[in-house]
Amino acid sequence: MVPTNYYLILSAVLFGLGVLAFVFKRNIITIFMSIELMLNAVNLAFVAFSQALGKTDGEVFVLFVIVVAAAEATVGLGIIILTARNRRSLNVERVDLLKL
Amino acid sequence: MSAALLIFFVLAGLAVFGAVALILQSHPIHSALSLILVMLCLAGLYLLMGAEFVAAVQIIVYAGAVMVLFVLVIMLLNAGEEERTNFSKLATFAGVPLALALGGVIAAAIARSSGHLPAPAANGALTPTRELSKLLFSEFVYPFELTSFLILVAILGALVLAQRERN
Amino acid sequence: MNPILAQYGFLIVPIIKVILLVLIVLTADAYLTWLERKVIGHIQARWGPYRVGPHGLLQPLADGAKFILKEDPLPDGVDKKAYFFAPFLTLMLSLTSLAVIPFGPDVTILGYKTNFGIADINISLLALFAITALSVYGIALAGWGSNNKYSLLGGLRSSAQMISYELSMTLSVVGVLLMAGTLSLKEIVEMQNTGNLGFLGWNIIGFSKDGFGLTQIIGCLCFFISAIAETNRVPFDLPEAESELVAGYHTEYASMKFAMFFIGEYTAMITVSCLSTILFFGGWLSPFPASWALTHYFPSIILVPLGLWVFFDGIRYETIFGRIVLPAVGGLLTLAGIGLFASHTVNEAIQGPFWFFVKVFAALFFYIWMRGTLPRFRYDQLMDFGWKVLLPVSIANVVLTSTYLLWRMHG
Repeated sequence: MVPTNYYLILSAVLFGLGVLAFVFKRNIITIFMSIELMLNAVNLAFVAFSQALGKTDGEVFVLFVIVVAAAEATVGLGIIILTARNRRSLNVERVDLLKL
Repeated sequence: MSAALLIFFVLAGLAVFGAVALILQSHPIHSALSLILVMLCLAGLYLLMGAEFVAAVQIIVYAGAVMVLFVLVIMLLNAGEEERTNFSKLATFAGVPLALALGGVIAAAIARSSGHLPAPAANGALTPTRELSKLLFSEFVYPFELTSFLILVAILGALVLAQRERN
Repeated sequence: MNPILAQYGFLIVPIIKVILLVLIVLTADAYLTWLERKVIGHIQARWGPYRVGPHGLLQPLADGAKFILKEDPLPDGVDKKAYFFAPFLTLMLSLTSLAVIPFGPDVTILGYKTNFGIADINISLLALFAITALSVYGIALAGWGSNNKYSLLGGLRSSAQMISYELSMTLSVVGVLLMAGTLSLKEIVEMQNTGNLGFLGWNIIGFSKDGFGLTQIIGCLCFFISAIAETNRVPFDLPEAESELVAGYHTEYASMKFAMFFIGEYTAMITVSCLSTILFFGGWLSPFPASWALTHYFPSIILVPLGLWVFFDGIRYETIFGRIVLPAVGGLLTLAGIGLFASHTVNEAIQGPFWFFVKVFAALFFYIWMRGTLPRFRYDQLMDFGWKVLLPVSIANVVLTSTYLLWRMHG
């Protein structure tokens, strides 16, 4: 059997890579995708613990995380479409109207 | 090296490769494909852990609907390649090694804690799907109904946001 | 049991099954195209392919040779990763989805007991839906990667159509799942095996489980219509229609890559027909009650007249090649029928797959028949139909079935 910490290390690595992508990329859609990557890493940790403890509660929570991520992606992409139409660019550095 | 461990390393390696590809690719659609690869590898890992229903839901909903939405929006907005950035040299030469070192320290700490985590237990009497559905409709029925409401709200929000201007 | 088989059987047997299945399915795909052209031709009061070999039977071989030998151009400005990945993905997913389908009951070969499909997992239906969900990417990426506005439009329309009809497809089988209580396809067929009711126990009529079930005819209709939309066939094939969108998402694909899309589409058709027979028409079960033992000779009753017909038609055929091949084929079929009549064990073993094949053939014929008869939907009519008609009807089927089951369970 695979020890639980292997899964946790993988989850931490994926989460860290998601944070890196969030910080370094400038296309708003790619930043959104890095949020999905972070959510996936968290799902992995949930299922790993659910297997370790022998209960299925973790898997139920993973279902909820997936549903919430889907709803969030829907509304977020709607906002992105509007912003892109307005500012005519998908680069987050162009959305700087509040700058001095 | 048992078969389970081998499969784990293959899938984990592919998942990390996909995540790194997400960062390094310039075109958002290639990043989306890398993210789909990560999700499929994670579904494989869920199967390895015995959570079969979650693996199927991950593929059907996450990789098969949410990512399709991302891909369609990228195609709709005709997202082009990313522009070159003027990265500061300090960030590249000092930041990345330090971040990797931090990651290494955390990973070592988790790996050393092997004595404190409970070992994976054997599967219960019920099949995992049946147990999951029993829980979902008895203990978690209230959040379950709330998520259906949440999806309805999200659909309405998306409809309002994405419709064209009337004037 | 053979000692090698006992020790390594878990590795050898699936590999052999996979090789057999891929060979059989690819041949079936090829001859499905022949059947389609013949049937549509006869619907349109003309013969289909007739010249390439007797009755056009070598036409698929000619098509295959054409696909291999044709020039394979690479259009300018394509996104190489998406362009090359899309047909590969479509074909891979279509062939993978055949792994979880059980073609017959459990069988014992040389003392090794195995199931008649390749993989027997207890969420096989969910795995099939997962693979269907992923096949949207093949089309979306093909449309995007082709650097062609018609392909992009066709790809976007087709992706939107596929994800819309996926919902009603998944919901329309929930009635069957409620009655079966399991997601495993083999157990769904076993549930319809009522012993002595024959075809009345199938889910389409639904007397299974001590008369517990409700007829799933609404579910079957919804499933079949959604499946036709999923596989992009007429009347839902606007995204790839030649007169509308210059062949849509596979415009820029030539020889072998187009062949991969083509084979992927026909394999998806076969998969969906297999799925509908398993879920609604009893899979490998015979329509006659099990106690009528004489009906076990049905394969022979079909094969012998068919063989004699082919034989006597071939003797008076036009070309000399036809006059040799067709009687040979007819003779083989007749001998097979008589052999089944004589040998009892082979006849028993072949019962399950024979009925499965007959039902899948009927479903495929229905598919082809619809292609020859119906005009295609306009795109907004298509989306309206999926969201405003099929989805509410599927949900109504779920509510109806669960109410009925609850009433039966609690009196």
